[in-house]
Amino acid sequence: MAKFETLVATAAPLEQRDINTDAVIPGRFLRRKREEGFGDCLFRDLRFHEDGSENDAFVLNQPAFREAKVIVANENFGCGSSRESAVFALYDYGIRCVIAPSFGDIFHNNCFKNGLLPIVLPEAEVAALRAQAGTMQGTPFAIDLAAQTVTGVDGVARHFEIDPFRKRLLLEGVDEIDFTMSFEDKIAAFEATR
Amino acid sequence: MARPLTLFEKIWAPHEVHRDADGQSLLYVDRHFIHDGSRTPYKLLADRGLGVRRPDLTFASPDHYVPTTSRDFADVDGEDRKDMVASLTRNTQASGVTEYGLTDARHGIVHVMGPEQGLSLPGMLILCGDSHTSTHGALGALAFGVGASEVAHVLATQTLWQRKPKTMRVMIEGELADGVSGKDVVLALIAQIGVNGATGHVIEYAGSTMEALSVEGRLTICNMSIEAGARAGMIAPDEATFVYLKTKPHSPKGEEWEAAVARWRELATDPGAIFDREIFLDAATIEPMVTWGNRPSEAVPVTAMVPDVTSVEDPAQRRVLQAALDYMGLKSGMRLADVAVDYVFIGSCTNGRIEDFRAAAGVLRGRRVASGVTAIAVPGSGLVRLQAEAEGLDRIFTEAGFEWRYSGCSMCLAVNGDNVPPGKRSASTSNRNFVGRQGPEARTHLVSPATAAATAIAGRFADPRTLGD
Repeated sequence: MAKFETLVATAAPLEQRDINTDAVIPGRFLRRKREEGFGDCLFRDLRFHEDGSENDAFVLNQPAFREAKVIVANENFGCGSSRESAVFALYDYGIRCVIAPSFGDIFHNNCFKNGLLPIVLPEAEVAALRAQAGTMQGTPFAIDLAAQTVTGVDGVARHFEIDPFRKRLLLEGVDEIDFTMSFEDKIAAFEATR
Repeated sequence: MARPLTLFEKIWAPHEVHRDADGQSLLYVDRHFIHDGSRTPYKLLADRGLGVRRPDLTFASPDHYVPTTSRDFADVDGEDRKDMVASLTRNTQASGVTEYGLTDARHGIVHVMGPEQGLSLPGMLILCGDSHTSTHGALGALAFGVGASEVAHVLATQTLWQRKPKTMRVMIEGELADGVSGKDVVLALIAQIGVNGATGHVIEYAGSTMEALSVEGRLTICNMSIEAGARAGMIAPDEATFVYLKTKPHSPKGEEWEAAVARWRELATDPGAIFDREIFLDAATIEPMVTWGNRPSEAVPVTAMVPDVTSVEDPAQRRVLQAALDYMGLKSGMRLADVAVDYVFIGSCTNGRIEDFRAAAGVLRGRRVASGVTAIAVPGSGLVRLQAEAEGLDRIFTEAGFEWRYSGCSMCLAVNGDNVPPGKRSASTSNRNFVGRQGPEARTHLVSPATAAATAIAGRFADPRTLGD
């Protein structure tokens, strides 16, 4: 699995709350194969007009944010459908980290399987980071998973909490299936009692 | 004396194979449902040279990409959809998993098929790569949706890593008015707590309203738990659950049945058990509900007006609501009873069960769908369709002007080709009114089956309690 250790990159602000995974990737793209890539489908109906031309108003289309690898989002990012293609689309586009006050539970889990770091911070801190991303365009954010810090444009290193288990797997790039296979004896013993 | 436990805790603990020092639990999965979105998980397995660990605990049905106009594989729309459906058959056959395919009467949306087959039972841990897996919790199970990587993990190991979620009890007391269903209850709940109201929590629904509600109604409520952000929804099994399950094909039989029921009776939450949060709902105040925006929480009684969004204080929130109104082609202050619809869809894992078609047929009997309205009825499974036909419901639907279709997810998420065209308005018994959910630019309003039927007849949103008055 893809590792995540540190990241220094442009952050793009997305103010809208409750962005669901249908908005991240519309259902009509879900029959693609993983190896075909999903980057061009990311936020498809927000990023592009119906005729396929870019919507200049959408943040990722603005010159300052074209290289963004971080999204500073709002409450309940990734709610709705369990489609992991939402994470595939973010990752394939180049996003490596999403910061939000809360996430849809399934989306949050899916991120960790693909080397995408979801960071939860209190609403006021996320609002401050979103404002910094919006006003100091292009000045990179720095994220350090081992230290559990996000440093915005203001240079303040904000500490975030993360599940230690998920942190360890992400830092080491551990394949979760391989890891669980090492518990085969316990699983077999558990099954034998049922 | 032992600490009082919740239904959730009584299911969680016996499924822990291992608990990591970091507090993650490795949980054993009793039942795993897969569908025609399972190509990626099987590929992840193949890449590792792994097989399915417990094909006997895994059941499949292709529901997302199948046509609802026929049962002919040739009618699956396009080569890429055909590959989704065919790969499920190929992969299940190669791995020894039972598939209820397109031409099998047991075919269905996995969340309709599982309970109907007795594959979803009290006390089980049930997973599926679909967010509406919360449905199965209505039978007293812990059931939740996972992504493709976790589906692969379950196929390979029959386990899943999880951190214990928080618990929330939703107490619903009182009697529901005639014409008010489980769908209206859950829409009223989400309107109250919001689409983020239960994030990180497992909901247990309890109280006299739930006890009086049919199993079908309970399945509808648990189904939409995810729309409030909940990890899962569940209801303690009771006599109604046991009556529902007793005759199902995969339910335990004979002495095993008696032993199972005795075990299942012990699952109910103990008096005095503590929940992280408690919510209360008065059933008597609930009316037939309709959503007007692009979040399931944006719901009002069918008798009401589109709310005034200009009075919302937070400017960001006001912009979102105004954008929703623009997308939906509505204005604050419009009466929903004056809003005309183009499409009516009755079906989905939320409302595709026999009771849903009975409720809709009760409204449709002897009436005609308004001109200009396209109305389709899509049973949630082949057996629901057969049961409805045995009761003559199909004739009520077709004589009213509905198309009577074959089972599948259909117009709920519109990935099989059953789309609502751009700009058209749909009254839908499904679960999500998101932008583009039923097709690009489609305008979706969530309603109950009875309200959908009344709306089809009136051609505008209509109250099933007063239709024809």
